[in-house]
Amino acid sequence: MSQNEVHSGTGVGRREGRPDDRDVASGGSAVSGVEIRLEEVSKRYPGQALPAVESVTMTIPAGNTVALVGPSGCGKTTTMKMINRLIEPSSGRITIGGEDAHSLHPDQLRRRIGYAIQQVGLFPHMTVGENVGVVPGLIGWRSGRVADRVDEMLDLVGLDPAEYRDRFPRQLSGGQQQRVGVARALAADPPVLLMDEPFGAVDPITRGNLQDELLRLQAELGKTIVFVTHDFDEAVKLGDRIAVLGPRSTILQYDTPEAILANPADDTVAGFVGAGAKLKQLALLRVRDVELGEVPTARVDEAPEDFRRRLTDGRSQFGLVLDARRRPVRLVSAVELRGVTSLRNAGRPVVDTVSPASTLHDALEAILTDDEGVAVVAKSRGEYAGVVGIDTVMATIRALRAEHEGSADEETPS
Amino acid sequence: MSFWEYVGSRWEQLLVDSYLHTSAVVQTTLVATVIGVLVGVAVYRSPIGSTVATALTSAILTIPSFALLGLLIPVLGLGVRPTVTALVLYALLPIVRNTIVGLSTVDPSVRDAARGIGMSRLGVLTRVELRLAWPAVLAGMRVSTQMLMGIAAIAAYAKGPGLGNLIFSGLQRVGGANAINAAVAGTLGVVLLALLLDAAYVLLGRLTMPRGIR
Repeated sequence: MSQNEVHSGTGVGRREGRPDDRDVASGGSAVSGVEIRLEEVSKRYPGQALPAVESVTMTIPAGNTVALVGPSGCGKTTTMKMINRLIEPSSGRITIGGEDAHSLHPDQLRRRIGYAIQQVGLFPHMTVGENVGVVPGLIGWRSGRVADRVDEMLDLVGLDPAEYRDRFPRQLSGGQQQRVGVARALAADPPVLLMDEPFGAVDPITRGNLQDELLRLQAELGKTIVFVTHDFDEAVKLGDRIAVLGPRSTILQYDTPEAILANPADDTVAGFVGAGAKLKQLALLRVRDVELGEVPTARVDEAPEDFRRRLTDGRSQFGLVLDARRRPVRLVSAVELRGVTSLRNAGRPVVDTVSPASTLHDALEAILTDDEGVAVVAKSRGEYAGVVGIDTVMATIRALRAEHEGSADEETPS
Repeated sequence: MSFWEYVGSRWEQLLVDSYLHTSAVVQTTLVATVIGVLVGVAVYRSPIGSTVATALTSAILTIPSFALLGLLIPVLGLGVRPTVTALVLYALLPIVRNTIVGLSTVDPSVRDAARGIGMSRLGVLTRVELRLAWPAVLAGMRVSTQMLMGIAAIAAYAKGPGLGNLIFSGLQRVGGANAINAAVAGTLGVVLLALLLDAAYVLLGRLTMPRGIR
């Protein structure tokens, strides 16, 4: 994929390439990640009254992306850095794939854990290729294999190996540098990837693209990713699960983005989720997940009078005119059908349709734009599938709230 | 005898002295580089250590070279030993200071990333930090070399090798035959060698500076 490609994701139409069922990480993609467990992990610095991280216990399922979100200075980065022992925990236990992280030499441990950070930290004196090849070199791969792997990784992150392999980091844009950073982190095929606000320093458009690419990569690779961010929207977009952290890294809520949006555990979490939680929730749902409404339909060649009668008999406000291939072409009300000779130009044209893969956020946008307050749903070839109305959207939100009511308290440790 | 006739007649002696002079300066710079970089590596993480190391090496530099050589003679005798010792000590400050500056200006995120992807501490130092600090270290070596060219001439006082012998013997016999010629030849030789070595540093920089940070 070229890095110049324009991504559709404006923050709404995302999660392409991700398994549909977000609770089952293995849905479709191979899981190469392993489970990470933190058991009562704490970090105390000498001379400080309060610990920086206090007794964090959490399980990060294999192949999942878990976003650690929280305000600056809450200890989320410290928590993450204890996983690869860049910071040694004062107490507690961390296991990675069932293996105690403390039983390994830190350097050996880190070579099995990808690490990408906001400032990227590429080695400026090495070429892009040399940067990516560092870890495979460290674990003793032959140079031929390293070279192959470097090209493979650059390709994976959307940089043409022939063009970029021999460049130096300073010759790349911020977004390209971050891609190289991710390629370097993944080069030795580690089961676990730690990312510390990796997209924090790039412009919003590039950030969106990089986020989409990470989702695509993750769908392909199935790593266990621990992603630190202070941007809740980013966490919602990327995380299979989100851990909202408070002071001293205490877990305020650890759940799926849907559950946190539907039912924040407390006021702090609610404050962090911020305004527009319901709208964010809609961005996580697909049109195909809700029951579509039906409106009367007619083929273009039907008599307008017949259709008008059907509409008035059924007390429908409006109906859809479909072409020969059942694609919605016009939207008409009973009144508008009075005195027209053909359905071909009755009412007004259907300009925008949403697909079953569209998010409910997109559907709501269409509903609000439409005069009749409906979003017409069309299948892949443009065939009419049904409509989504404002009632459907509201019912869905209500159902989500009911579903997550109470469940958040049980699932959230401490 | 004119100056050029003098140079023509003492050609071989001048070459030998020039060679010895350069050799002493280059070798002591190298020794000082090894010591200076080791000191820099040892102290750059600690602000106190860095301050102490810089202050100590600056203190050495304030000792008049004539005095230092004279004081070293009772301890180390005459000849090469006091010369090398004094030159190494004087060369330390620029190299130690530049090593500390070079290492401490390495972007912390680069160091963090290097550790984070599993480079050992020694690996980070040799493959990343020292490579990035090299331009600064080289600049320190260059300054030291220039300084030593002059100081090495004084080493003739301790019967050290080099062009200083010409200068000293010339100045001691002022009024005698070829006294001024000897002093001038020695002095010009030092200046000329200093310029040549400086050019060599430019070339060395070109050859050894990583392309990515040039």
